[in-house]
Amino acid sequence: METLKTIWDFFQNEILGMAWLNRLIGSLLNALGLDTNEKIGGSLQFFIYDMIKIMVLLGILIFIISYIQSYFPPERTKKILGRFHGIGANIIAALLGTVTPFCSCSSIPLFIGFTSAGLPLGVTFSFLISSPMVDLGSLVFLMSIFGWKVAVVYVLLGLVIAVAGGTLIEKMHLENQVEEYIRKGKQLDIPQEELHFKDRIKYAFEQVCGTAKKVFPYVLLGVGIGAVIHNWIPEDFIIKALGGNNPFGVILATIAGVPMYSDIFVTIPIAEALLSKGALLGVVLSFMMGVTTLSLPSLIMLRKAVKPKLLAIFTAICVIGIIITGYFFNLIQSILI
Amino acid sequence: MKIKILGGGCASCKKLYENTKKAVAETGITADTEYITDMEKVMAYGVMSMPALVVNEQVATMGKVLKPAEIAKILKKVNG
Repeated sequence: METLKTIWDFFQNEILGMAWLNRLIGSLLNALGLDTNEKIGGSLQFFIYDMIKIMVLLGILIFIISYIQSYFPPERTKKILGRFHGIGANIIAALLGTVTPFCSCSSIPLFIGFTSAGLPLGVTFSFLISSPMVDLGSLVFLMSIFGWKVAVVYVLLGLVIAVAGGTLIEKMHLENQVEEYIRKGKQLDIPQEELHFKDRIKYAFEQVCGTAKKVFPYVLLGVGIGAVIHNWIPEDFIIKALGGNNPFGVILATIAGVPMYSDIFVTIPIAEALLSKGALLGVVLSFMMGVTTLSLPSLIMLRKAVKPKLLAIFTAICVIGIIITGYFFNLIQSILI
Repeated sequence: MKIKILGGGCASCKKLYENTKKAVAETGITADTEYITDMEKVMAYGVMSMPALVVNEQVATMGKVLKPAEIAKILKKVNG
């Protein structure tokens, strides 16, 4: 058991967390005459280390994730979901939400596809909640920074919110809140092209290049903000605003995170820096969840498919779920890290 | 030839539209290229992954941002 733990710790810290890289950069900066215990040297070390770590992890992760995703196009997910009923369908929808490639501009076609295939509204929403909130990438990233316990609890809670939220929407009988043209929309089954190993590898590779190009400036920004927090903002200030002394820290973090549109890769360095300066785990994670799950652009897109009442209920479920998750993490922080 | 790009107005959909116009110009095929974001019209094609490329009312690809050369290949094939 002990040996296993040592091997796992090595994997988590040195391979996923790339702690060796941090030491290497520290020594290099010291050799250049910069003291990494001081503000400028410390910020530089954080910036270089985090930038490299995030881009490398991002590249490898997107590749693996895209490869898995190529097996689950929305058309196939729809067919799989049709075989399940009751809460089982919600659970499968939440799980498939984590592996189906999906961008916000596909939410309407997806909505119509699911609805016209006869899937209950609640199942569609379980999918729509889990898809941005939990994905394979966040699992690995959280593991690399906060350890496996935090990552597993985060994913489990995200799935619980998705299943509970979808079930709640189902029970409220909001079918009349879906826009007319979507309820009437006819979904044709168009033949799927056969993908071979080579096609999947090509798809995964294109996803890596596309995503890296798209998120690079934002990662730069995120790591920059992280470096500033890490070395320039006084610890007492962060502890006061986001630590144990502020009972509303989680709510503040959620409200700040929700309108923002960003990738989990961008929020990671900010979260990492805040945590190291004494912010509570729940505060940091609720900020991350808020940023990735809801955003103004995705809500505007969804408004085209559902009426304001259902949109408001959807938003409320996500926000309340994120806040509960935050407080739960604050409670169990001492057990997890 | 009639070409339609179906999309929700996001960045990758616009990219496919741009690439298609390039492909049409490069191949010299006479074609009407149209960018459709009206969801009711989009749904008539039964596509769930955006963006989609429709050539002569047939869905050629979906959920992919093709490069101009790849689009040109498809156009030439349809043109015979």
